[in-house]
Amino acid sequence: MTAVTEDNHDSHQEHHEATGIKRWLYTTNHKDIGSMYLIFSLIMFLIGGAMAMVIRAELFQPGLQLVEPHFFNQMTTVHGLIMVFGAVMPAFVGLANWMIPMMVGAPDMALPRMNNWSFWILPFAFSILLASLFMEGGGPSFGWTFYAPLSTTYSNDNTALFVFSVHMMGMSSIMGAINVIVTIVNLRAPGMTWMKLPLFVWTWLITAFLLIAVMPVLAGTVTMVLTDKYFGTSFFDAMGGGDPVMFQHIFWFFGHPEVYIMILPAFGIISTIVPTFSRKKLFGYASMVYATSSIAFLSFIVWAHHMFTTGMPLAGELFFMYSTMLISVPTGVKVFNWVATMWRGSISFEVPMLFSIAFIVLFTIGGFSGLMLAITPADFQYHDTYFVVAHFHYVLVTGAIFSIMAGVYYWLPKWTGYMFDITLAKWHFWLSLISVNVLFFPMHFVGLAGMPRRIPDYALQFADFNAIISIGGFAFGLSQLLFVAVVYKCIKGGDKVPAKVWEGAEGLEWEVDSPAPYHTFSTPPEIKD
Amino acid sequence: MNKNGQLIKRLIIACIAMFGFAFALVPLYDVFCDVTGLNGKPNLEQAKISDTIDTSRAVDVGFITHIQGKAPFEVEANKTVITVQPGAMNKIVFKAKNISHENRVMQAVPSVSPGIAAKYMHKIECFCFNQQPLTAGESADLALLFYIDTALPKEIEELTLSYTVFDITKSGQMGSAQGASK
Repeated sequence: MTAVTEDNHDSHQEHHEATGIKRWLYTTNHKDIGSMYLIFSLIMFLIGGAMAMVIRAELFQPGLQLVEPHFFNQMTTVHGLIMVFGAVMPAFVGLANWMIPMMVGAPDMALPRMNNWSFWILPFAFSILLASLFMEGGGPSFGWTFYAPLSTTYSNDNTALFVFSVHMMGMSSIMGAINVIVTIVNLRAPGMTWMKLPLFVWTWLITAFLLIAVMPVLAGTVTMVLTDKYFGTSFFDAMGGGDPVMFQHIFWFFGHPEVYIMILPAFGIISTIVPTFSRKKLFGYASMVYATSSIAFLSFIVWAHHMFTTGMPLAGELFFMYSTMLISVPTGVKVFNWVATMWRGSISFEVPMLFSIAFIVLFTIGGFSGLMLAITPADFQYHDTYFVVAHFHYVLVTGAIFSIMAGVYYWLPKWTGYMFDITLAKWHFWLSLISVNVLFFPMHFVGLAGMPRRIPDYALQFADFNAIISIGGFAFGLSQLLFVAVVYKCIKGGDKVPAKVWEGAEGLEWEVDSPAPYHTFSTPPEIKD
Repeated sequence: MNKNGQLIKRLIIACIAMFGFAFALVPLYDVFCDVTGLNGKPNLEQAKISDTIDTSRAVDVGFITHIQGKAPFEVEANKTVITVQPGAMNKIVFKAKNISHENRVMQAVPSVSPGIAAKYMHKIECFCFNQQPLTAGESADLALLFYIDTALPKEIEELTLSYTVFDITKSGQMGSAQGASK
């Protein structure tokens, strides 16, 4: 970053060095890159959602109607990969890019060129992944968890494309994480002490450390799959002295922290929005910080709860059961803090607040079903059933995705300078809320009744529930088009909003104009209180 | 900028270290399983003969074989279940046949279930110690000489010894039987 002095600051605002597509290709501005990340993740959300529609259409009634089982498996696999690495994670990185510099009073991210690179890797990574679907043999079909030997012995030759696209996604995430850490550590405005950081910044800092710790492990795992498949190594092949169960240990050593990577920033967003519309300070700020850190720490010692049925010894099962249950303590602290923040607050139900309240209720349901899955003897019944599908969709859709929607509705007027169409946004909220529960709640029941996941066909007794689930799925999918419409309309125009869009909001981002100027905090702001 | 450089360097080192850690997990996993005997991988070294026999109890030992992939072998034990006394020597004969029209090399990899019992299974002689070359259509009787340790926990009343049979003719990856424990 070159230092920008006060007097050329204003003239700089509307001055972009390149125009047209080059502006976006060459940009190092955190707001441009944040917008690109968000639009990219929205596109991926729609593509991954379309795949979910294929899955639900096939499962609308028993029997094989629409797609071949092999294609169905590709849909479940790529749906998972796209939603995890293409929708949820880039959306959080986009929000981080937009908001973290503004929240800590920094002029930009600390490493703007790397920021540009880490974004522009992503379209290539996902083009490779999606292109493999159209190649001979089809795309990856071994589940997003790519367990060996499904991904080694029994996969097709397009697996190399899957491996390379995951490598690229990993590089992008790691660079994003490095950028976030360096920005938060080195570019905070004078007086912005650690315990004054907004919670979104805190949760992202911890998330970034998780990313740095586990994305390289994922890269190592896919590399082992690659060499096992193409270069004759035997990491996961018993014939050469390897062990397929070891794949699961290494994968879930990445995989469990990964689920917290997808939910900790959500905690930060909710902790920002709930106080605004309750018109109270966040209850228990310090305990939120410590709870986030403890969740991050615990996430490293619970991975084998995904593997209770692999034949672990009793001592291992007990250890992973208790350590998993322990996570509900810091998570409970957070939920109680949000409720305590709302308690006797002067609550108003603007759209971001509606999504936040839905998040608190529905994420807690997802947390409870997670607690059920943590109980080892019960897990033997739930393992690989739709109960698991219900659980992780409650924490990821009504958890992570709802928080992203809440965050977008909260900051969208700040980004565009216009208020979004509130009526349309409320329609989006209520339709999403109802349909998402029609979609995922019955999955608990078919799961408990024994319907396995990842199958294109099922026993007749699950037919009624699956028809209901599919109707909920189509309704939820269509409702998201309203979201696209709201965002599009808001970018195009609407009622002008003041700098402080929400009157109860606190934080540096509300001290700059709406829309946020191209360069903000070229001189560090003064931190009050 | 120097401040940034320092931090970036540390973070990149952390990334590379974690990438290395993923690969370090491979030997760590084996060491952990060796020490705790958790994984059902029995010791492949030849054991010494037991000098005591526990006549007070009997343990059922089952034998199963599993042909990996399309390996062209038939392998079967002459008895599926035997009742043994801990410490007493037992002999089982496996009939192995190469059903292909080519000369092949066979390797059996043992596994014990429940996994915790693996370290109480002592083999004096086992065809799994060695590679077994079988010419086209050849049959062979392969012997297993073993006893169950008297220290076997009381609650284990039956255990299963499973052999997974691999065709290692082409790969030659398994240089020695010891490689199977890696």
